[in-house]
Amino acid sequence: MSGELVLEATGLRKRFGDNQAVNGVDISVGPGETFGLLGPNGAGKTTSISMIAGLLAADSGSVMVAGRPINTRSTDAKAAIGLVPQDLAIYPDLSARENLTFFGRLYGMKGPSLAKRIAEVLEVIGLADRANDRTKEFSGGMKRRLNIGIGLLHQPTLLILDEPTVGVDPQSRNAILESVEQLSRAGMAVLYTTHYMEEAERLCDRVAIIDQGVVKAEGTRRQLVELVGEADRIHITATGDLQAARAAAASVSGVLEATVADHSIEVMAGMASSLLPEVLARVAAGGAAITSVAVIEPNLEAVFLHLTGKALRD
Amino acid sequence: MEPALRIAGKDLRLRIRDRSFFIIGVLAPLGLAFIFKLILGGTVGEGAFTPSYAVVDLDGGQVGSSLVEVLEQVERSGSITLEAVGSRQEGERLIEEGEFDSLFVVPEGFSAAIQSGRPATLEIVGDIDAPTSTQIASAIAARFGQGVATAQLGVLTALAGRTTSPEDTAAIAGQAATIRSLTTVAPIEAASRQLDTTTYFIAGMAMFFLFFTVQFGVTGLLEERQQGTLPRLLAAPISRGSVVLGKAVTSLALGVISMAVLVVAARFLMGAKWGDPLAVGLLVLAAVLAGTGVMGVVAAVSKTPEQAGNTQSIIAVTLGMLGGSFFPVAQGGGALAALTYLTPHAWFMRGLGDLAGGGGVSRVWLPLVAMLTLAVVTGGIGWALLRRGFAR
Repeated sequence: MSGELVLEATGLRKRFGDNQAVNGVDISVGPGETFGLLGPNGAGKTTSISMIAGLLAADSGSVMVAGRPINTRSTDAKAAIGLVPQDLAIYPDLSARENLTFFGRLYGMKGPSLAKRIAEVLEVIGLADRANDRTKEFSGGMKRRLNIGIGLLHQPTLLILDEPTVGVDPQSRNAILESVEQLSRAGMAVLYTTHYMEEAERLCDRVAIIDQGVVKAEGTRRQLVELVGEADRIHITATGDLQAARAAAASVSGVLEATVADHSIEVMAGMASSLLPEVLARVAAGGAAITSVAVIEPNLEAVFLHLTGKALRD
Repeated sequence: MEPALRIAGKDLRLRIRDRSFFIIGVLAPLGLAFIFKLILGGTVGEGAFTPSYAVVDLDGGQVGSSLVEVLEQVERSGSITLEAVGSRQEGERLIEEGEFDSLFVVPEGFSAAIQSGRPATLEIVGDIDAPTSTQIASAIAARFGQGVATAQLGVLTALAGRTTSPEDTAAIAGQAATIRSLTTVAPIEAASRQLDTTTYFIAGMAMFFLFFTVQFGVTGLLEERQQGTLPRLLAAPISRGSVVLGKAVTSLALGVISMAVLVVAARFLMGAKWGDPLAVGLLVLAAVLAGTGVMGVVAAVSKTPEQAGNTQSIIAVTLGMLGGSFFPVAQGGGALAALTYLTPHAWFMRGLGDLAGGGGVSRVWLPLVAMLTLAVVTGGIGWALLRRGFAR
């Protein structure tokens, strides 16, 4: 199994003075998989990926990337990793092309193949027409895109993105998320840290929820939701005999609870989508005229709240 | 080594692009050295400063004539100009008119007082606008007075226990007072170990600003951390030592380029005399290595580029002053003179001074060894601290 994994981090621990920043984190990412590390600021995300990328020495634990161990003394093995740090890691007095050329050469790229790859990356990140401008003249979003482009340049096996959308305008943010989706579809393994629940839900095949240096839970969104017992919610706006309609809805097998409030009926169920036709039929038969219906699935925010007792942005 | 050169190449491009290298490394030292030369060129260095003295001998005796003879001997060495005047009033008037810097007045009865063992006074009248010349005149007079006192003591010693007539005693004392010291400072050797004014101050300024120039390289590591690029460098498939080495190479390159530009420009534009090119090149290289080592330690113990810059400025100024970049501190003697040799500045200046009288690398081995030792010690400490600092 481990031979198939792009990343296998086991038992990572790191302490800074009295602060146990990371306490036994396990992360595994398969080929073509996008893995999200979701947690609030200070949860231990950046410390974890710093150890995974070989920037920071772990107090204990091990990291294997593409079958090779990674630590602070690794050199060649690090070529399998593309790191996009949270802070912009570009030189403002160099142009986009010069930044890419410098980092490309550090990864051993040179000559026509480097020039060709730089041209490809500039196209991917949408900066081909600004390639020779100094990056200090770029907008925040353009700098972010270049920051990602440098991480992609050497076509790594594992791309690590540390909160790449922090401080980015909505348009650039969407462009960044689309880029990550494209990379994932192209088969690149991605480790993505964020404290934005929407990003994790949109991008990640699997998510680990991390808080206070500990992974609280890990799995697909559905697995996490089921893990904490959160139910889907069917919100029905209707007129007529709502109490009778509520009782009819509650009688459907699989419905956990049904309540009436202000011209609407709230139905809680494990798999709302599959129960929806029957619930609506019973409500209509119960004497209510339905005017609108919405199915609300529990999100990772709710899962996080359930697991940690606090909101993601706390 | 290749990654280190890549990093150094990038850093050099940035430093040249933001013009800071040209301003700190080339323009500032050249400009300051030129200003120093204009201000101090008349008071320091060979041949540039020649005090002009007048002497009036109102005594006419043996000892007074002896003083005039001593002054004439100094004049013949080219160190002063001397002219006899007829009266004190004439001498004072000529000083007022700026013809002379100072006037030696041998008062009436001077020789008689000396010969009879009584106190005598030799007067110096100085131009208020030429304090240095007056101090030199006072020093010559004091030295002459010491010689006379020594002669008086010798006479008293010789006459102890003997009965002689007052005439004989006066004759012996007069002869003794005219005996000049047999000990002289060899002027050729002294000149060979001194830089001319221009070279001295350009060398001093070059060393002073070298410490600002080399800090660009080693402080670059803190700037990489501050601007967020350090993680990306550390994540690259290169050793951590390559990153530190890259910064050191940047410092060395900036330092050597800066010093080379200054040496060549000063040679052709300001007439600086450096000596054997190979030996000067080695001195420059050793000085740059030492400067890089010292500034590397400062960068290693600093948390931000600003903190490092402030500390490095203090270190650069302190070492510059102590090492003689502004004034020839070592000539003060004593503990201060010894302390100057804790700085690469002093060794660099000494090396250039040793070359001023001719000769090549063999003449500067001691300054080279001293600066390289300083480079190895501080560079080693800085290297270890910087690499350890990556874990912060």
